This record gives sequence, structure tokens and C-alpha cells, in this order.
Amino acid sequence: MAAYFEPSDSVPSGAAIALEEVEISILRSLTVQLLELIGPGEEPSTDPDPLAELFTDGPSEPPADPALARLFPDAYGGPGVRETEETTAASAEFRRYTENDLRARKRGDGLAVVRALDTLVPGRGGGAVLTLAPEQSRQWLGTLNDLRLTLAARLEISAEDDADGLFSLADDDPRKPLVMAYLWLGGLQESLIETLAR
Amino acid sequence: METELPETAEAPEPVPEPDVPWVTLVHNDPVNLMSYVAYVFQSYFGYSRDKARELMLDVHHKGRAVVSSGSREEMERDVQAMHGYGLWATLTQDR
Repeated sequence: MAAYFEPSDSVPSGAAIALEEVEISILRSLTVQLLELIGPGEEPSTDPDPLAELFTDGPSEPPADPALARLFPDAYGGPGVRETEETTAASAEFRRYTENDLRARKRGDGLAVVRALDTLVPGRGGGAVLTLAPEQSRQWLGTLNDLRLTLAARLEISAEDDADGLFSLADDDPRKPLVMAYLWLGGLQESLIETLAR
Repeated sequence: METELPETAEAPEPVPEPDVPWVTLVHNDPVNLMSYVAYVFQSYFGYSRDKARELMLDVHHKGRAVVSSGSREEMERDVQAMHGYGLWATLTQDR
């Protein structure tokens, strides 16, 4: 797992990376898990009026799952601000009007990642070169970031030094594969940002 | 920068002051890459590379930074956008 994104030779402002078969498979599987976590949002409306779905309210409570709670945080309150009835109510209202859209955006980005992986033409050994146009790069950045936030929640990285001990885990530690994936995704994201830097 | 809890928070609800601006705060977290946070400030707000980097460093060192200010509706839009990028953002009235 050593390849990183580089500026593409063929697509202006694009990015390219040579991925091994196992890397393609890990990326795909993590992204599919992310899509399952984000879910379809609200149940599809049974209302025959297609416009009704547009006006369906989202949830008003923060998600119970810590990874989802990090992906969809409260908009009012936060560190250094005492939670009041007012901030709780404002967060709930914000969530009702925005969370479905946010979920749709994150799903869209994740689906774009899966689609790009599925259209790769494997060479000998199963690896392939992935080339992203700038718009795709933006979707990939979003998904790589969501994946890292999700893995960090699973690894309980919530303070600046929480991650330190994770980088020297024993080989048989059950968290090791997640930590490896977390670090690898960080390298992918960092190198992809460099291709977009103006 | 230091938009602490307003002292009026425990007093009876004051009448909202329409011309007091709201601000969008981005909070530090140990996961988001510094380069990514700066990239988001540059691409969403259109800030220069230097300004984006300065704000990112404020978030990193001070725990949070005010990244935009305006009406409540505008700040809700910015907060929603920040959440879309995966940054941890909140809005508050800059009293």
C-alpha cells in the first residue's frame, strides 16, 4: 500500500493513481459500508405526489451511532457553548431541514467512488490506473474524508493524542487493520488535495 | 475570535437583535487533515491560500475559528456546507 495520487498526464487538473487489486477491493468495500451506514435517509415516500418527497422533514434527533453523529453534527452549541433549550431546539430544526440533503450529498459522493472503481479495467495482476477529473476528485475527497471520520469514530479517536498509541499496535491487535486503513486513506487524501491545490 | 458564551444566556430570553451578526465557527478535530481544512476554506469561501491557511492554523491551535459572519440564514448555509465537507462547524450569534 504505497501508491499515492499524482497529477494526471491526460486529464487537465486531473489526478491519477495506480491501484493494486487488493487496494481497489478495500476501497470499494469500505465505501459500500459507508453507504450502508449513511443509508437512504428517510423511507421513500408512499405519497403518489412526487413533490411531497421534497418536503419530507428529516430527523430532529442526532444519530445514536457515534460515526453518524460525527458526520451529521449539531449546528448549534458545541464546545465552549452551554447547551440550552434554545440551542437544542435550533439544532433539531436545522437537522430536520438539512440532514436529508446532507445524506444525499454524501451518498452521491460515495456512489461516484464506487462507480469509478467499478469502471476500472484491470491489467495483469488485477491492478489498474484510476484517473479522476477535477469534479470526481472533489467527490473522492469528500468520501475519503467521511471514511476517515467513520474509522476514527470506530477507533475512538476524538482527542488530539488519542491516535498516538494506535500507531504502535501489536500485529495481532484487532484494531490493526482499521488503523492501517485509516493511515492509508489519509495518505490518499493528502496526495489528492495536492493535485487540486492552486 | 473568542466568542464565549454570552453572559445573558442565563437571563430571560432577550429580544433578538436583528442587526447583531451571526458567525460560523469551525472546531478543531484530530481527524481532518490540515491541508484538507485549508482546501475547504479556499474552495468554499474563496479565501486566498494565505488566509485559508491562517484560519486553519487558528482552528488547529486555538481549538476553533470564526470563518464567516453574516445573517443567521447565511450562517446556516455555511454550516451546512461545512458539514457537507465533513468539518465540525456550528453557528452562534456574535454578541
